[in-house]
Amino acid sequence: MDSYYNPEDLGKFATMGEFAPELWEKFMAYYGAVFEAGALTKREKALIALAVAHAVQCPYCIDAYTQSCLENGANEEQMTEAVHVACALRGGASLVHGVQMKNTAKGLSL
Amino acid sequence: MNTIKPFEDMIDDPALTMTAEKLRVLQVNVGSLCNLSCKHCHIEAGPQRTEVMTRETMRHVLRVLPNFETLDITGGSPEMNPNFRWLVDEAVKLGVHVIVRSNLVILTEKGYEDIPEFLADRKVEIVASLPYYSENDCDRQRGKGTFKAVISMLKKLNTLGYGRDEDLTLDLVYNPGGAFLPPTQSELEKEYRHRLREDYGIEFTHLFTITNNPIGRFGEFLRRTGNFDRYMKRLCDAFNPSTLEGMMCRFQMSVGWDGKLYDCDFNQPLGLTINGPQNISELQEIHSRRIKFGNHCYACTAGSGSSCGGTTA
Repeated sequence: MDSYYNPEDLGKFATMGEFAPELWEKFMAYYGAVFEAGALTKREKALIALAVAHAVQCPYCIDAYTQSCLENGANEEQMTEAVHVACALRGGASLVHGVQMKNTAKGLSL
Repeated sequence: MNTIKPFEDMIDDPALTMTAEKLRVLQVNVGSLCNLSCKHCHIEAGPQRTEVMTRETMRHVLRVLPNFETLDITGGSPEMNPNFRWLVDEAVKLGVHVIVRSNLVILTEKGYEDIPEFLADRKVEIVASLPYYSENDCDRQRGKGTFKAVISMLKKLNTLGYGRDEDLTLDLVYNPGGAFLPPTQSELEKEYRHRLREDYGIEFTHLFTITNNPIGRFGEFLRRTGNFDRYMKRLCDAFNPSTLEGMMCRFQMSVGWDGKLYDCDFNQPLGLTINGPQNISELQEIHSRRIKFGNHCYACTAGSGSSCGGTTA
């Protein structure tokens, strides 16, 4: 194995249904329904997915949702802003835990 | 294209490999000469091209035109053909609906300033390229300065009634800015309408989303960047059989600058002339004919389908 991540593996996603077909079908039905236009447009949902893909740092998801964003009418400006939202949340999440650090330090300090 | 199933094998119903008995549109490519060199152009049109349709060939177009409901004039930049105004005038006299596919930038250039009023007076439908509602994306695809020129011309067309009056249709065309499929037409139309109205006060009739065909300049881009196989797979995976019945080639005939006859404008650069008379000068009666397909036809049948009039399914 040259790499843990191989672009061709994205196309093998459906093999995850091999030993649990019912769970796979339920997951895919749910997945498909989630991305249908509703209160949010498909473009907005694709941008959210792109941001989440960066937050969870999944290269398959980044590949898939970059394409999906473009195919749903987003441009690079909008996609870059979405990545910054993920970045802000990840950074903010680290920073807000600094309050725990402060609480702990306060508890231990004279 | 060798790794995917031949397109024609995807059509189960033999009737769908034939044109309809009654054709609606005569699409005429009056030349490859253009003021722009857009990156997605399947004709590879540009300022260096010299092929333009002669008036003699146009006379044959007008001779057969009463067999059709619509004359769809394309290019290149059709306005740059010296006989453009004459062709429009003669077609209007015949009472057919006339469409002109314009890049709009040409109408801001010297010698073409009268054309907006000329088209409005004759109620000619304008179908205009606007690949995106932002300057960066539009200019990257079509050349620097094109977005501002198009915006200024859209404003002018609006003042003439285009996009506002019922009988002055102004449609916009979106082409993807790369190796991906177009968005859902109705959703993108809402977005275009909102952005163009809010940012520029521009109105238009409809937005057509058109899938880039993997030939010509766009095909070269796909090969040069190693995207060709992936793009073809994307088109093939998105094949939608419900688009077959409405394929534009089933309802039209396409004429090249030299009078050669094709099933569609995409078959022109591939040299795929129709089954039947090869040149419009030889065309007498129009019969249902077997369409000439290739794997580039996957572009018209992917997702919601694609045609010169937008989605088909």
